[in-house]
Amino acid sequence: MKAAPFQYARPASIAEACAALADHGADAKLIAGGQSLVPMMAMRLARPAWLIDIGRIAELQRIEIGQDCVSIGAGVRQRAVERNAALRQRLPLLMQALACVGHVQTRNRGTVGGSIVHADPAAEIPLVACVLDAVLELRDAAGTTDMPAREFFLAPMVTAITPEQCLVAVRFPVWNGPRVGSAFEEVSIRHGDFALASACAQIALDDAGRVQRATLGIGGAAPVPQALPEVAELLLGHAPDPVLLDKTARAAAEALEPEGDLHAPAEYRRALARVLTRRVLEAATR
Amino acid sequence: MTFSVAVELTVNGARRHGSVEPRTTLVDFLREHLGLTGTHVGCEHGVCGACSILLDGVPVRSCLMYAAQADGCAVTTIEGLSRADGTPGALQDAFCETHALQCGYCTPGMVIAAHALLEENSTPSEAEIREALSGNLCRCTGYVQIVEAVQLAAARKKEHGIDS
Repeated sequence: MKAAPFQYARPASIAEACAALADHGADAKLIAGGQSLVPMMAMRLARPAWLIDIGRIAELQRIEIGQDCVSIGAGVRQRAVERNAALRQRLPLLMQALACVGHVQTRNRGTVGGSIVHADPAAEIPLVACVLDAVLELRDAAGTTDMPAREFFLAPMVTAITPEQCLVAVRFPVWNGPRVGSAFEEVSIRHGDFALASACAQIALDDAGRVQRATLGIGGAAPVPQALPEVAELLLGHAPDPVLLDKTARAAAEALEPEGDLHAPAEYRRALARVLTRRVLEAATR
Repeated sequence: MTFSVAVELTVNGARRHGSVEPRTTLVDFLREHLGLTGTHVGCEHGVCGACSILLDGVPVRSCLMYAAQADGCAVTTIEGLSRADGTPGALQDAFCETHALQCGYCTPGMVIAAHALLEENSTPSEAEIREALSGNLCRCTGYVQIVEAVQLAAARKKEHGIDS
């Protein structure tokens, strides 16, 4: 349970980090919080020749709060997000999700960007990024590329990032309006473990109480986090009554092809997806 | 091939330095290089919480970071929570009195996690205590007495202003 030997570098800026990645490419791994990478290295599932520590780069620690968008630096600790009162108001769904991420000890080190690039199919932050249609800023020595979170996740632990790129920030759209509700629910074997399945939703109601805007998604029940825009459309223009919420939750569960494993068979995951979706729809429209 | 990096950090108030392989975890550095064996190593992959320490005042798992990453930081280990004369602190006393340990393997991590909780919330509810300890596994005592220990320390802190 000791990592294989590696060389360690601690660049002072994103530009220096990108230069190091350009030099070492696939032989290097970036580390910020290390809460997923260090266990993988301990188990020797990852054996980078170079570890490039970006955990102290100030540019990656920025949080910019705008009217319609919040940009969170990839290196911001999950606990720092959790404790930011302004973010609580702008991104309630992310806050609800963070309460399910690991434990205090891991959230004190783990970063927003680290969870996204690690791309565990059951992880909470990637799901929220997809459901809110966040944009990821990827940088390499040549420049910055924007990529929608919904296009970033390709397979379990596999993303569209290149070995030369560093995720520098995540831009989350903010929903303004008097009647915006959100909810996140998951089932895991123990509190803080990865979810067997998770669901979340954010819903805006108009003055008459009808659904004006809706997004929802499911984690842990597919190879990548699933935003389900076609399913969310079922809600638009309607009052969120129990019949509609039942129908939407069923449609969400049917849109997935979960796989069974040691922890839960496929049908159980699908059932969880339905039940959890039903709960978050109700909570987000209450 | 081996490489080495210089590390300098503050541990329990004292400046310490060393030269380590980059792959040396912080917990191995504390135990093997500095001889601070109060911090225990359990699972070595971030699941059990036995290796919990305070890094710049907040609880983290010291098996989930390399010593090189802690360069320049302030670390508090279980040794740093005893009184100046080396006797157990109030929280440690509470653990003894409520029989919150049997084999004691998880205890240093439990005490660190509980200390961090009481530092920011001096009157935690039982749910808050359980949440704060949720990242620390105990395989023998069970959690009931551990929660009692934290409640006892919190009550004493409130009544007599005794620090944990």
